[in-house]
Amino acid sequence: MSSTELRRTALDATHRALGATMTDFAGWDMPLRYGSERDEHLAVRSRAGLFDLSHMGEITVTGPRAAELLDFALVGNIGSVKPGRARYTMICREDGGILDDLIVYRLGETEYMVVANASNAQVVLDALTERAAGFDAEVRDDRDAYALLAVQGPESPAIVKSLTDADLDGLKYYAGLPGTVAGVPALIARTGYTGEDGFELFVKPEDAVELWRALTEAGEGAGLVPCGLSCRDTLRLEAGMPLYGHELTTALTPFDAGLGRVVKFEKEGDFVGRAALTEAASRAEQNPPRVLVGLVAEGRRVPRAGYRVVAGTEVIGEVTSGAPSPTLGKPIAMAYVDPAHAAPGTAGVGVDIRGSHEPYEVVALPFYKRQK
Amino acid sequence: MSNPQQLRYSKEHEWLSGAEDGASTVGITEHAANALGDVVFVQLPEVGDSVSAGETCGELESTKSVSDLYSPVSGEVTEVNEDVVNDPSLVNSAPFEGGWLFKVRITDEPADLLSADEYTAFTAG
Repeated sequence: MSSTELRRTALDATHRALGATMTDFAGWDMPLRYGSERDEHLAVRSRAGLFDLSHMGEITVTGPRAAELLDFALVGNIGSVKPGRARYTMICREDGGILDDLIVYRLGETEYMVVANASNAQVVLDALTERAAGFDAEVRDDRDAYALLAVQGPESPAIVKSLTDADLDGLKYYAGLPGTVAGVPALIARTGYTGEDGFELFVKPEDAVELWRALTEAGEGAGLVPCGLSCRDTLRLEAGMPLYGHELTTALTPFDAGLGRVVKFEKEGDFVGRAALTEAASRAEQNPPRVLVGLVAEGRRVPRAGYRVVAGTEVIGEVTSGAPSPTLGKPIAMAYVDPAHAAPGTAGVGVDIRGSHEPYEVVALPFYKRQK
Repeated sequence: MSNPQQLRYSKEHEWLSGAEDGASTVGITEHAANALGDVVFVQLPEVGDSVSAGETCGELESTKSVSDLYSPVSGEVTEVNEDVVNDPSLVNSAPFEGGWLFKVRITDEPADLLSADEYTAFTAG
């Protein structure tokens, strides 16, 4: 147990009233699950789930040169993001190591919201603040200014539509618009981390309970259930989405993680990590690094982060995330493996599960893709 | 949750029945099952295995983690629950009934097994 007090979201009493099992996540006391994490997972795949994600770190960047600051501080081409749109990007160290993966929403001509992982929010805030020196732009810690609720799953458009006049049909994936939901002012974003269609609603903390209640009522007939972080992890794993601390770390550059496409060398001006990343890109081309692949178990034992991937007596990689997949009905994992063993269908690949080599099938990611 | 009065409990969250036909039944408590989350795989000792009180004799795999299964007593395994091997979710849905794990002919048992009331107090603290 940590000796420091855990932070609680505005929905803390709601979670406890629902009987949630709580867990310490990056210094926050968060709901892990309300009942069965498997049932919550399947509800998101087939109907809808409601998540409290208020632990995520919101940082507002404003000012005449906000875009230039973000282009300098991050590896993406943020200046090219149109108002109302969002972009997945990363913030790297000078040596190219990944500090965090981020979603940046362009809220206006000169206003952006950067959403960092809870565990990295302070690191990202500090880096942005430091990198802002010399730019006519302000970096503001807005972690306490927002609660974040997510509605995810095929029924989520109907549920959110019943509570808002905002043009959700016109709202594309990776876009956000201001509006009201259940009378509560919200930034409505069509983003998520589950592989399903869905919405993330950024609201004032004092409005969170009212919005949660309204969404729960509106979703009752559609089978919406409250969902915890446990099923969020299996949902993102099935969708092949990286998680910081697992697939992404400071020890890897975006090129090592197979996400070199997020690095935009063509953008104007220098950016933090450019020289190291240029080198990493050419190194990756000449000497391909380990490849992030999917593994599907033939048996029922579950691979966990850190377990070795083997071929015969040779160690050929390492598991970064693993869990039983509720959708596939089998254990699955993401792992970095040597390129020689990375092709889907490669024979003879196994995972060392506490001393026993269990056979695994190498597959392309993601494990699950929704039907559009 | 209520812990059945007729059972005895270990501090590692196993329960133990009285002897029927010479063997006692072992399972994990509802408290432990709830803490684990959805159990997806169980590895049990084999019939004829000798188990020792407080030592590992199997494992319970849940969505998020794997936990060792300890034997609350020493003895010989006389039966394992094949239903729970085929459907590990029984550990969650019926930990004190259909989700039992194995039966053991006791040769020795530790003195510190808890009564239902003592175990309830132990898990409340």
